[in-house]
Amino acid sequence: MSNATLVSTTVNGDPVQFACPTDESLMTALRNRVGLTGVKEGCGTGDCGACSVTLDGSLVCSCLVLGVEAEGRKVTTVEGLSENGELHVLQQKFIDHAALQCGICTPGFLVAAKALLDRNPNPNETEIRYALAGNLCRCTGYDKIVHAVQDAAKDMRKNNNRSKKRS
Amino acid sequence: MHRKMRVSLSSTFQLADGPGSTLDVQAETIAEMMASLTDRYTDFAALLERGVAVSINGQIYRDDWTQAIPADAEVFLIPRIEGG
Amino acid sequence: MGHEQKYVDKKYEVVGTRFNRPDGIDKVTGKARYGADASAPGQLVGRVLRSPHAHAQIVKINTAKAEKLPGVKSIVTSADLPDLTGGDQGLADILENCLARGRALYDGHAIAAVAAVDEQTAAKALKLIEVKYKKLPHVTDVDEAMSESAPVIHDRIFTRGVEPKPSKPSNIAARTQMGYGDVDVGFAEADVIIEKTYKTEQTHQGYIEPHACLASVNPDGSAELWVTTQGHFVFRNVCASLLGLDIAKLKVTSSEIGGGFGGKTHVWGEPVALALSRKANRPVKMVMGRDEVFRGTGPTSSTSIDVKMGAKKDGTITAAVAEMRYQGGAFPGNWAMLACMTAFACYDIKNNKSVGWDVVVNRPKVAAYRAPSAPMAAFAVESTIDLLAKEVGISPIDMRLKNVAREGTQAPYGPTYGPIGIEHTLKAVKDHPHMRAKLKKNQGRGVACGFWFNIGGQTCTDLNISVDGTVNLTLGTVDVGGSRSSMAMIAAEELGIPYDQVRANIADTTSLGHNDMTEGSRGTFSSGMATIFAARDAISVLKQRAAQMWGVPEEDVIWENGQAIATGEGHGNLPALTLQEIAAKSGRTGGPIAGHNEVVADGAGMGFASHICDVEVDPETGRSSIVRYTVVQDAGKAINPDYVEGQFQGGATQGIGWALNEEYIYGDDGCLQNPGFLDYRIPVCSDLPFIDTKILEVPNPLHPYGVRGVGETSIVPPLAAVGNAIANATGVRMTHAPMSPPRVLAAIDAQENAG
Repeated sequence: MSNATLVSTTVNGDPVQFACPTDESLMTALRNRVGLTGVKEGCGTGDCGACSVTLDGSLVCSCLVLGVEAEGRKVTTVEGLSENGELHVLQQKFIDHAALQCGICTPGFLVAAKALLDRNPNPNETEIRYALAGNLCRCTGYDKIVHAVQDAAKDMRKNNNRSKKRS
Repeated sequence: MHRKMRVSLSSTFQLADGPGSTLDVQAETIAEMMASLTDRYTDFAALLERGVAVSINGQIYRDDWTQAIPADAEVFLIPRIEGG
Repeated sequence: MGHEQKYVDKKYEVVGTRFNRPDGIDKVTGKARYGADASAPGQLVGRVLRSPHAHAQIVKINTAKAEKLPGVKSIVTSADLPDLTGGDQGLADILENCLARGRALYDGHAIAAVAAVDEQTAAKALKLIEVKYKKLPHVTDVDEAMSESAPVIHDRIFTRGVEPKPSKPSNIAARTQMGYGDVDVGFAEADVIIEKTYKTEQTHQGYIEPHACLASVNPDGSAELWVTTQGHFVFRNVCASLLGLDIAKLKVTSSEIGGGFGGKTHVWGEPVALALSRKANRPVKMVMGRDEVFRGTGPTSSTSIDVKMGAKKDGTITAAVAEMRYQGGAFPGNWAMLACMTAFACYDIKNNKSVGWDVVVNRPKVAAYRAPSAPMAAFAVESTIDLLAKEVGISPIDMRLKNVAREGTQAPYGPTYGPIGIEHTLKAVKDHPHMRAKLKKNQGRGVACGFWFNIGGQTCTDLNISVDGTVNLTLGTVDVGGSRSSMAMIAAEELGIPYDQVRANIADTTSLGHNDMTEGSRGTFSSGMATIFAARDAISVLKQRAAQMWGVPEEDVIWENGQAIATGEGHGNLPALTLQEIAAKSGRTGGPIAGHNEVVADGAGMGFASHICDVEVDPETGRSSIVRYTVVQDAGKAINPDYVEGQFQGGATQGIGWALNEEYIYGDDGCLQNPGFLDYRIPVCSDLPFIDTKILEVPNPLHPYGVRGVGETSIVPPLAAVGNAIANATGVRMTHAPMSPPRVLAAIDAQENAG
């Protein structure tokens, strides 16, 4: 490996170090060096969104970010969505609504949908469709994906209200 | 003995030494029919090579040559298709 | 063991309800392993060098410099894959497509490949391979390829199906003709005749997962291949043949598959990865880039189609003729033949004739794409039917109903239809609330129909009952869209146990008998049938074990609701034995309890659909947006309606993409100009509304549950449904798909200038 640089970063809450060439994408580094193959490569040019992750909370295509850019930052991948051994509401709703067929685009959709709901807990259909327009799905026609996100948003709002009332 | 039956050929199939669009044959299964036609017509083997399916009363059989052909069935030889 | 394949009407407990898929959690957590997600100790990175020319002689390949690069472990050219095909031209074509043999036949044709220790070294090595090309004249357009002056791509191709047999080679591989009646008589009876020429551009299946495999060949000729494929058994046979391996010694595992739609029924880089591994004596992982997927794999045919149809004033279609030219890429295919068989399949037309021309051009080898060849023919025919309907003054739906094919109608390819659902779908469309939804300014509504055969094929399934009563169902068809859940539901239905007690898995090629490619919408039809039969096998064992446990004659035992019940005098009062109780004792009653089935699942019922599409066309830009869309299709029997709806919606969306945007664009140099998702634009979430679906169930008489394939038909109607909607929105008839904004705008402008 020529020009390898040591990168210290946080991935899904855990401190992680890896060495990668300076021209290697974050996507490749996450897949091949950190072992997070839930990050999918569909195009390598930022057109399909299968490699979506968040970097310090912002949604990015990890194929368009260099591995070395993760230095000192927080990366979240699909592997980091479930907490305490439980699926994230979005993950469960994707299964319940049959919002995946082949499932290759699913990790990217989940990360993008979570990024949307984090900033807008009550999106309308159009907002959902535009927020997910950077993620390509070839199987579903998006119908069940949008339904799953709508249903997840509803549940998450309910849960939030409940926890607010409790506190 | 084997039943007499009439087999229709899809219009894309032509046998140089065949009598036309229908062939008479004695057979009770697809396999027997294919064997008989191969014996009888010199270029039938080449047709099989290209891919032939058998329609019996409108149901298409591509591979199951053990299939019995009922009496008075409508039998058609059509090109073997593939899918996506 | 013989089992009854015929449909029997019954009440279902599990089938027809909605269950979550067993692989769901793996797929939403990132754990599922697809083609590119496997690794092996010491693995190398494989990369392919591809032709930059549309057509060129390969004068010389010099790999010396690349071989010297540290970290390069093997380089292969066609010399490393000697021709072992023994006169099988189909196999020889696959071989030549894997690695060019003396000539590059299209932009993107694989020329050589390298395996190196890492990505960077492999990329550097590709640049060090020196290829001397001598450019040859090329042709990429189907009509041009048929002309006398076109460069002839293969001197071995003499047009089949014409008399007299041609004395000169050409790019026309075959002529096919289908139909019956006398079209001249039919046209003479017609009050109205419409004649039009249509064109459709080449599209790609566009699966989001690129082709990927991990190959490992040992010096003793044993080998493993992990690969994303629609049929690992067929891949095994093809790869073993091309590499001279024993079939049983090549173990192929199908990874989770990230979309196929026909494109992963064909072998592309796998023999090359195996050859690289054999030469390097190390595992080789080979993953295509998206540009390679577009340039080197999969596309469907581009076409040029003439349609002529005549009708009486009452709407009866008296004659129909289609002349269809389909290119198969650089190797001959049967694509126009399929078009001939499907073009008029929805209708009962007394006099019909379809002529197909299968043509070769300098483009990638065409692969099946969901109901291959049918959507283009349907675009031409269904557009023409709308024109006829308008001319005779009948609504498009009534026009179609007037001529619809029914049980007893002779199909254009010859035989008489059994029970089919096209009339049911049209009537459901007519009654659908979508038809009464108000249209706004610049909006229009279109309707179109579609047909696909569906196929069956060789299938093998195992069902093993564990001592705790849970069940492993082992399948050999690939799960491309949730079929594991449907198969587990079927097993649960037959055995009479809850769905969550059945676990369905896809076996590798060493663990189960041969299964044909998962194509032709056959997964649920074929493996469903084999699963029913395997379960019935297991039930007969369960009954025998129960009889033994009770000490009663076997024929006095029946199976009901997941338990054995003793009937007959003297032992009617024995308490029932559950599957679990019988399984628990199996070790002492004769060993493991299993069911097994191998079957040639023929008799797949035909699939018919009718679609309704509302579009809004922006007259300033020519951009068409889908406002509403409804799919009505006959599924025979929907095992898991969630995934049947998913197939309807997904197929419709692919058709919409084809109708509005997707196309291969070739430059004058014969090179593909848009090999990426930015410029080859598939529909995104914001392009679409919710897609409404209606599942009809006209049972297939040759499946125990009445199942028909559902995967493919839904891509057939959209091109015409969209085109008909655009015509009703703008008054402009589009005859060239995709009906992209520039094409629609040009057509609107032309109409305004003319008017």
